[in-house]
Amino acid sequence: MIELNINGRTQSVDAAPNTPLLYVLRDHLAMNGAKFGCGLGQCGACTVMVDGDAVFSCLTPISLLSGRKIKTVEGLGTIENPGPLQRAFIEEQAAQCGYCIAGMIMRAQALLEKNPSPSDAEIRRHMMPNLCRCGTHMRIFRAVRRAAQAMQAGATPAAGKGRA
Amino acid sequence: MNASDIGREAVSRRDFLAAGGALIVGFSLASSSRLFAQKPAAGRKLPGSLDANPMLDSWINIDADGSITVFTGKAELGQGVKTALIQIAAEQLYVQPQRVSLITADTRRTPDEGYTAGSNSMKDSGTAIMNAAAQVREILIARAAERLAVAADRLKVQDGAVVAEDGRRMGFGELVGDALTQTRAEAQSKLKDPATYTVVGKAMPRVDIPAKVAGGAAYVQDLRLPAMVHARVVRPPSYGARLRELRAAEVEKMPGVLKIVRDGSFIAVVAEREFEAILAMRSLAAAARWNERPTLPAAPDLFTHLQSLPADTIIDFDKQAPAGAAARRLAASYRRPYQMHGAIGPSCAVALFKDGALTVWTHSQGVYPLRKSIAEMLRLSEDRVQCIHVEGSGCYGHNAADDAGADAALIARAFPERPIRLQWMREQEHMWEPYGPAMLTSVKAALDGAGSIVAWEYEVTSNTHSMRPGGAGNLLPAWHLDTPFAPGTPKPIPLPEGGGDRNAIPLYRLPNARVVHRFVPAMPVRVSALRALGAYMNVFSIESFIDELAQAAGIDPVEFRLRHLDDARAREVVSLAASRFGWSSYAPAAGRGRGFAFARYKNLGAYLAVAMEVDVVRETGAVRVVRVVAAVDSGQAVNPDGIRNQIEGGIIQSASWTLHEAVEFDTTAIRSTDWSRYPILRFPEIPESVEVHVIDRPGEAFLGTGEAAQGPTAAAIANALAQASGARIRELPFDRKRVKAAIGV
Repeated sequence: MIELNINGRTQSVDAAPNTPLLYVLRDHLAMNGAKFGCGLGQCGACTVMVDGDAVFSCLTPISLLSGRKIKTVEGLGTIENPGPLQRAFIEEQAAQCGYCIAGMIMRAQALLEKNPSPSDAEIRRHMMPNLCRCGTHMRIFRAVRRAAQAMQAGATPAAGKGRA
Repeated sequence: MNASDIGREAVSRRDFLAAGGALIVGFSLASSSRLFAQKPAAGRKLPGSLDANPMLDSWINIDADGSITVFTGKAELGQGVKTALIQIAAEQLYVQPQRVSLITADTRRTPDEGYTAGSNSMKDSGTAIMNAAAQVREILIARAAERLAVAADRLKVQDGAVVAEDGRRMGFGELVGDALTQTRAEAQSKLKDPATYTVVGKAMPRVDIPAKVAGGAAYVQDLRLPAMVHARVVRPPSYGARLRELRAAEVEKMPGVLKIVRDGSFIAVVAEREFEAILAMRSLAAAARWNERPTLPAAPDLFTHLQSLPADTIIDFDKQAPAGAAARRLAASYRRPYQMHGAIGPSCAVALFKDGALTVWTHSQGVYPLRKSIAEMLRLSEDRVQCIHVEGSGCYGHNAADDAGADAALIARAFPERPIRLQWMREQEHMWEPYGPAMLTSVKAALDGAGSIVAWEYEVTSNTHSMRPGGAGNLLPAWHLDTPFAPGTPKPIPLPEGGGDRNAIPLYRLPNARVVHRFVPAMPVRVSALRALGAYMNVFSIESFIDELAQAAGIDPVEFRLRHLDDARAREVVSLAASRFGWSSYAPAAGRGRGFAFARYKNLGAYLAVAMEVDVVRETGAVRVVRVVAAVDSGQAVNPDGIRNQIEGGIIQSASWTLHEAVEFDTTAIRSTDWSRYPILRFPEIPESVEVHVIDRPGEAFLGTGEAAQGPTAAAIANALAQASGARIRELPFDRKRVKAAIGV
């Protein structure tokens, strides 16, 4: 059994230590946010945060994660009570198929926690590892910028009024 | 996620299963063939998909409690169709959209509307639902008139009830009874006056987005049925490979492994956990020995090879009329490589084989054709197979969704009683999906002394653009079985829809024109429908060449297009895109240029014009789209923000195809096995702005929009690049190497 701290809660997981975090999240813990996209760290659909950094959960074995703080899109808010980034994505209608979106949100969250007022160029550069195939980039970009402004105006980036 | 949330999700998933899997809804699909026979021979066509599915209760159900359910045979692909169909039904029924639930493509529950493809959903299903909802409303009003003893024209419909002037009201649920049972739609509907619309034509937030941003169960990839296990397939290393030997004994002993499935060259593994299935898949792949053979053309000679293959010649258009004398003649030819759909989420399906019946949860674009094909592959009768659409990652046409459904079906039959979830790996998706075909076009035209086009000859060479599952032979795993199914015979898709020749006939006024489709049946590389089909290449070619003609005539390219366009709606999108872009006042900075393009999708869908500015870095050959302004006329706009989202996305996706994308292969195997060998557009390259102006046409027919931007975007980039660099590039994609070579760096 390995203990993982996910969205502020400790979860005991019965999985081989070399199991990438992605499969533990999806398969063992029945969480939907992180998605399988490539298993190669090329697309970012599986992006989650570990100790504040955006990481590819498809490449990160759980043996590296005990005692570290894992955050997924479920930790930012709920459908009923979305966090600032989730709210901004809804307000900008920043999804088509949406398969990449949870990963996009987590990469953006990592940016805004470190740099609450990124420039447009910084947002573009930071989001580079994550692919979107529907071409929703303009809306995703606007949603990140909108969330940054909303967070500046009041809420904290870690927000998630629902639960942390 | 805390425990109570997990519990709640589990409940909702069970409900989902109950609703999708077990519940048998008795309604009129079974009798559709009989009803078809009852259709009067010379009867009027019913609107949209009502014509093939004329029973009102196959589209709309109202329960005694007043709850409204709408059924569509179309599927949500991320294009927003669910939201738009709900808006349409709510509008005609005079209810809030929140009161309408929508059931999408399911072979037990919804009408058969074929494929969700060709930008036809609004035209087919939207039109059907609009008319069905209006007719249902009128039936309820008639019932209320009877029950309240008031003339129907003195009744109003308000928020799910029929209301009399004296204040008496009867809810839809009280009125409905058996009113919709076995009621056939009429050809004519009493539609609302579009001027009174309150829901249609207004931007409505998409119903599917909240779950997608908050980790809700939104995709077939997220489906977790009780006792579900995980499966992976091991694909051959190349198209021509056949399994020679498989030493599976060690793999059978691996942790979690439940079953190894082998049928000819089809190999799969079932395991308790997903990652166990992946590890076992890798070991199985290492334990497999294959006989490979070269089946692919040598890549540098691809276009020579394609041109040399036997072709059927189809004359699409041939017109001769008096015109001015030719003063100048121009000719050009264009090339497009194989390009992939490239879904971000590899294809996935869940299947359960139990008591001799199969259920497949799939992101296929056509659940009915898939059911037929899977039934044939498994030699089951169709009534033993149910296919239920659940969203997947965006597909952009016929990708591997159906193949994954077929894989899951084969595995479920070999491992019955428990649901199996099968997802493809990245390299499987990249190597085995059917690509958009490589194409060649050539065009010759003549201008008279005044700069008018007086002659036009166009030829397009292409494979088919649809190898969708019309039978087991079009399902990938069926080729690999011990008793294999041969791929179906490729066929051209006839105009006006068209396949390789979609949009091959220009909308411009051409006194003399000949358009020829050279249809190439042989397909060395697996191909099928990629968003816009041949329209992407034909519009790229035609609209590039129009700019070349304009330049030869010394006429501004927007003005040149307007001079050759008679259709008022075409002229309006062209003028609007040009004016909002600031076309006439544009002055390029160094390394910058502007480009323009126009098309009406399929010559019968949405009108779209696009103006853009691009930037070229001479030293690197890097091209970036800087600023885009598009104007689109989709007829009656249902959800204008949905239209904008589709067009913005189409522009960015087409920019990615146009600037970066070509499938690489050698004579034996596909070499674009992941995103490093098939790069697509990333964030640092996105434009500074993409503006989409929607021209709403209240009361006009819905015009297909989802694919309208693909062709014009490619041509506008080519035209802008020509101005920015002085180089006219006629072969896709405009990657750095090709651009540098073209500008002589």
